[in-house]
Amino acid sequence: MAKNDLDAVLERYPNASRDALIPILQDVQQELGYLSRDSVVRIGEHLNLPASKIYGVATFYNQFRFQPQGRNHIQVCRGTACHVKGSAAILDAVKRELRIEPGQTTRDGQFSLEVVACIGACGLAPVICVNGEFHAGVTTKTVGKIIDSYRRKGSPNDGSDHETT
Amino acid sequence: MITIEVNGRPIPAEKGEMLLTALRRAGIKVPTLCHIDGLNATGACRMCVVEVEGQRGLTPSCAFPVADGMKVHTHSPRAVTARKTIVELLLANHPDDCLYCNRNGNCRLQYLAEELGVRQRRFAGDRTRHHIDASSPSIVRDPGKCILCGKCVRVCEEVQRVAAIDFIGRGSKTKIGTAFDEGLNVSSCVNCGQCIAVCPTGALSEQSQVKEVLDALNDPNKIVVVQHAPAVSVTLGEEFGMAPGADVIGVMTAALRRLGFDRVFDTGFTADLTIMEEGSELVHRLTNGGRLPMLTSCSPGWIKFVETQYPDFIDNLSTCKSPQQMMGAITKTYFAEREGLNPTRIYSVSIMPCTAKKFEAGRPEMGRDGLADVDAVLTTRELASLIRMAGLNLRDLPPDTADTPFGERTTAGKLFGASGGVMEAAIRTAHYLVTGRELGDLKVESVRGFDGVKEARVQVGDLNLGVAVASGLGNASRLLDQIRAGRSDLHFIEVMTCPGGCIGGGGQPIGANADAVRARMQKLYAIDADESVRVSHHNEAVQRLYAEFLGAPLGEKSHHLLHTHYAERGVVS
Repeated sequence: MAKNDLDAVLERYPNASRDALIPILQDVQQELGYLSRDSVVRIGEHLNLPASKIYGVATFYNQFRFQPQGRNHIQVCRGTACHVKGSAAILDAVKRELRIEPGQTTRDGQFSLEVVACIGACGLAPVICVNGEFHAGVTTKTVGKIIDSYRRKGSPNDGSDHETT
Repeated sequence: MITIEVNGRPIPAEKGEMLLTALRRAGIKVPTLCHIDGLNATGACRMCVVEVEGQRGLTPSCAFPVADGMKVHTHSPRAVTARKTIVELLLANHPDDCLYCNRNGNCRLQYLAEELGVRQRRFAGDRTRHHIDASSPSIVRDPGKCILCGKCVRVCEEVQRVAAIDFIGRGSKTKIGTAFDEGLNVSSCVNCGQCIAVCPTGALSEQSQVKEVLDALNDPNKIVVVQHAPAVSVTLGEEFGMAPGADVIGVMTAALRRLGFDRVFDTGFTADLTIMEEGSELVHRLTNGGRLPMLTSCSPGWIKFVETQYPDFIDNLSTCKSPQQMMGAITKTYFAEREGLNPTRIYSVSIMPCTAKKFEAGRPEMGRDGLADVDAVLTTRELASLIRMAGLNLRDLPPDTADTPFGERTTAGKLFGASGGVMEAAIRTAHYLVTGRELGDLKVESVRGFDGVKEARVQVGDLNLGVAVASGLGNASRLLDQIRAGRSDLHFIEVMTCPGGCIGGGGQPIGANADAVRARMQKLYAIDADESVRVSHHNEAVQRLYAEFLGAPLGEKSHHLLHTHYAERGVVS
């Protein structure tokens, strides 16, 4: 991750104070794809806030992640309709399959997992979304197959200069 | 002054103050879990709720200002039920292992469960499982016992300006942790233990070394030497029900001997030695254009704070080791030689009011030939637990005195226990070193007392010195910020990590309020007023040590044994 991206974001917030923290976190995640260790520390220096505070705020919100996204990004919907249709078990199945927790990325950089509150496709519940493609009426049995299909396909933007840190 | 009505009786209150403050002043007991005297209320725990007539719900008294004529019910059935329910809910996610807890018998949660008559588990559910963080040499965190009151976070941030920990996550997954949820040992934590002192439960405790010390005491091949810090004798009694400020030096010495320590030394001796070295260093810096202001180096939390957050001030720190480490160094060299002992046979223990001293003792530069100068550090609390374990009753023991050659101290060394004490002792000796005469009546009133920052101008011969004393790292860092911004009238600054100095240390008996710490301070001043040898340069045992072994202050031997160096620490802060 180029440091310049981070610098560029911070330059947009000259003389900022603590109320700029969340917009900065959002912008940094937009640029880098996640909040790196270095960026948390640098944001702290920029705002004169301790790193523990930045980390505390960032972990409060589901939207922030601390590992780069995988080549395939899986969102499991945990909204009300999906919950009623058994999304808790779906999430468990995905976690088991990938052996990661929400917010994490597999060590080979293939998959990352995110839990979202409602994805706006309640009619298709329970639903998961991979790289923006929706998969309707998922069951614990079909989760593995869905994930496998992406494993075979690889990333939609394969050949890019993706790095893992 | 206004009047409010509480439980049908009028009580006085001051306009603008919080209800809880007025209630406490009137002696009305309203329990709290998250309240810290002197800091803003957060209203997190809701234990202090009361009924205020005209208010719809229950009112947290810690965060509700008084108003003239308000009618308050502190122990109405509704208020008491609410408090009891809160405790029951906290217990629903608590490990229930009181029998194995280091705070058994001294826990606010346990106390309130008892006081409110909780006799059954009303709410059962999944308990959050957490890893215990035992990575730090000083502090152990067990988030399983944490009730999320946030006191540790506030003390760390608001009092100490360290902010090593904060709330992480959200909802039922919330916990207290460091940046990136890593071990305390790699965080900006300075090991001061103020978080332990405010923790209502056993979620925070010192890294105990009681077992190591017992093993050493039971090893016939070891010569176990113990030193105790100046602030310990005036606080240990509280662990045994005595009033704050009771000085138990004689019986404590007797107890240490009964516990099996082969020699009992007084860290006050090396406090005097520190003054000889540090006073000489100050004079040397003043007369040779050295880096100023010189900063004291006795308080290991402060040292780590400078190394992590103010590395540009490292050269301002006195190179003197702390009294604990000086004692360790001369014990394993001079004392070993004198007694004809191989230093490997000596096990050196120190009793400290401090958790950061455990970290300091483990610093790699604090020893030689792979041998640490101090092998184990016990807090005042750990010593109390050893004494209880041995079935000793402090009230029954005949008082005893410390051993030669390091048992003798002056009252200047004893003053080290209170904020301003090092400064006062140093001024007394610096005055003598520079002018050859004693300083007036010796007392330096302007650096005494409980204020977070104390400043004075002192005339030492031809030199007019600007001195400052700060206790609590927040106060210290504000002072350093002024100096960074160009302030240049100060020559010498004493900093103690904990508010009030070592008497308010993170290893002291739990539950002390500001009045208790003041009483401890007054006792140290009383000792200084009552005894006759009040300046470090008249400690005859220290003079003998120079004559027989060290040579002169700042000499070659001193340089190797009594002085040290510091380095910037690249931790996340």
